[in-house]
Amino acid sequence: MKRNPRLWTAFFWLALWEGVSLLFGQPLLLPSPLSVAARLAGLLGTLSFWEAVARSSVRILAGFALGCAGGILLAVPASARPRVRQLLSPAVATVKAIPVASFVILSLVWLPSRALSTFIAFLMTLPPVYLGVSEGIRSADPQLLEMARVFRVPLLRRARGIYVPAVLPAFRTAVSLALGLCWKAGVAAEVIGLPRGTVGERLYSAKVYFLTTDLFAWTVVVVTLSVCFERVFLSLLDGVSKRMGV
Amino acid sequence: MSVTVKHLYKSYQGRAVLRDVSFRAGRGRVTCVEAPSGGGKTTLFRILMGLESPDSGAVTLPESCTFSAVFQEDRLLSGRDARYNLRFVLGRAYDETAARTLLDALGLSDALEKPVRDYSGGMRRRLALIRALLMPSDVLILDEPFTGTDAQTRRCALDAVRRYAAGRVTLLATHTRSDANALDADTVRLR
Repeated sequence: MKRNPRLWTAFFWLALWEGVSLLFGQPLLLPSPLSVAARLAGLLGTLSFWEAVARSSVRILAGFALGCAGGILLAVPASARPRVRQLLSPAVATVKAIPVASFVILSLVWLPSRALSTFIAFLMTLPPVYLGVSEGIRSADPQLLEMARVFRVPLLRRARGIYVPAVLPAFRTAVSLALGLCWKAGVAAEVIGLPRGTVGERLYSAKVYFLTTDLFAWTVVVVTLSVCFERVFLSLLDGVSKRMGV
Repeated sequence: MSVTVKHLYKSYQGRAVLRDVSFRAGRGRVTCVEAPSGGGKTTLFRILMGLESPDSGAVTLPESCTFSAVFQEDRLLSGRDARYNLRFVLGRAYDETAARTLLDALGLSDALEKPVRDYSGGMRRRLALIRALLMPSDVLILDEPFTGTDAQTRRCALDAVRRYAAGRVTLLATHTRSDANALDADTVRLR
């Protein structure tokens, strides 16, 4: 029988987790994977679970979409005009450097808590997408651009034929990074801001009431959502890349 | 309509590439630019297309003159197929029948659906030539367009150039004297 290396890797780590959990013998400190799986199964059957997942997903993905749109919209003039790039450079560097927690606390002063995860996801997405798209635009083949200029190819067609294929690989890397950051920072923002009926609020409750198994189960949910959205988005992007001959 | 070049000079880092180049290329004629490798043919074409400026001298072109060209490099969208490459430059001027006829004549009809990155060097060159010929323009610039073609394909390519050169100013750089003879071309020698 052929061995699946991924399955074996997963089995190894789950077995290690189970072993350490048994060694501790304190489910409050480290619940076993089986108890986490059982709790997760229990959560899956409740309406409030799906409501929390849907609410957090919509808000975080809205922030991600806005961050992508903002990053692209800023990258286009920044790639064409060095002055715009210089102007934006400190702002992007600042957003990258400031800790998420500082942004969350500051945002709580400006925004209602329900908008927090959207805003934080937006801030997590904008810099990598802006930088990735800028780099992609600048990497467009100058010989092809010259050819398009000689043949007087209109800008929109030039963008589709030359710029978009040049941008897609860098955009893919940026999006992959941004989606992971969005979920981490978005849920962290919910844990601090405690908007009602969200994954972050459920994580906070689990921490307050020492429901360690719940804490693990919700963490598994966040990781699963992050991985699933990343896979779906990247496979859509790969489909577009394939169609564009990248 | 014609293209007139008067006393054109161009040098790079003190090395003269074009020295006192003057000629007139008329419509409906093929003008063959002869020079050894590195002798300034590509530089001359780039100046004519407005991609570079001369150090001195003048180029006189008709007002709102349009160009199509086979560049020194193929400059094709390598991930796309032949049809996309043609549509990319031609836009609404793309004519499937005309494109098919030329692709057939130059032996590319079988490879129509393949991405250009899978083409051989000769096939890419032929596609670049087809793109330049199909593009309506006042001036047609062909920088060594027959590189990598066998004798039979070369004959077909020369036929196509002869047909599409009608009504335009055509400038051709080739290392093969017989190409210029086959096109009954005027000759300009760069010093």
